[in-house]
Amino acid sequence: MVAVVDWAVIVAALAYAAWALVAVVRNRPPREPYVVGAGVVELLVLIQAVVAVVLMIADGAPEETATFVGYLLMNLIIIPLGLFWALAEKSRWGTSVLVVAALVVPLLVVRMQQLWDAGA
Amino acid sequence: MSGASRRASGPGRLLIAVYAVFALSASARAGVQIATSFDEAPVAYLLSAFAAVVYIVATVALARPGATARRVALAAVSVELIGVLTVGTITAFDPGDFPDDTVWSLYGRGYGFIPLVLPVLGLLWLRRTWTTEDRA
Repeated sequence: MVAVVDWAVIVAALAYAAWALVAVVRNRPPREPYVVGAGVVELLVLIQAVVAVVLMIADGAPEETATFVGYLLMNLIIIPLGLFWALAEKSRWGTSVLVVAALVVPLLVVRMQQLWDAGA
Repeated sequence: MSGASRRASGPGRLLIAVYAVFALSASARAGVQIATSFDEAPVAYLLSAFAAVVYIVATVALARPGATARRVALAAVSVELIGVLTVGTITAFDPGDFPDDTVWSLYGRGYGFIPLVLPVLGLLWLRRTWTTEDRA
């Protein structure tokens, strides 16, 4: 995969998780800025997914294609699902859902990198 | 506030979110394992599928209102605890029976031991949100 794109996703997701965690500590519900932030992270995840798909078509997929695609799909839905679940809860616990969703993203990206490099 | 909505609000919101992550990842993992290499380790892969079902049932039951949902959640979370303790212990002493990892192998070490902590938190949360309505 393209390292720059991967790292952009990882850094953005971690920064977002840290930002949301501060809001949890300060007892803040998930407000609009956190929705916008989630949108930014999701946009990067989308770009990364497109890049990965283009690379798979051009250079061939990693050996464990099914697992890789599974991680790719899960990465795409985790932020929207987290947002959906978070926004109905008007307390710090809603914001804490965003922290969890954002922390899953880097884990998935790292696993995807491992699978990608194993096939290279 | 009813016992039902209490279960899915406050800390329960976070708990159910973590359950959902495990339901998703365990299902995806089991699906891929069974579809691509079932013959290599059928026992481990069937166990993965079983764990996935337990997580899905627990997630949905914890999120839904009502006394029935509470009972289902209690059963699912209990099975989950027994599962992670049993599989964790077996894999710790004799990994030969499970040549490939499941979410419960070595007490969920591959997942930061969250699979071991999650059912305990689930049981505590079910007890804390227990209301008189749930007796019905």
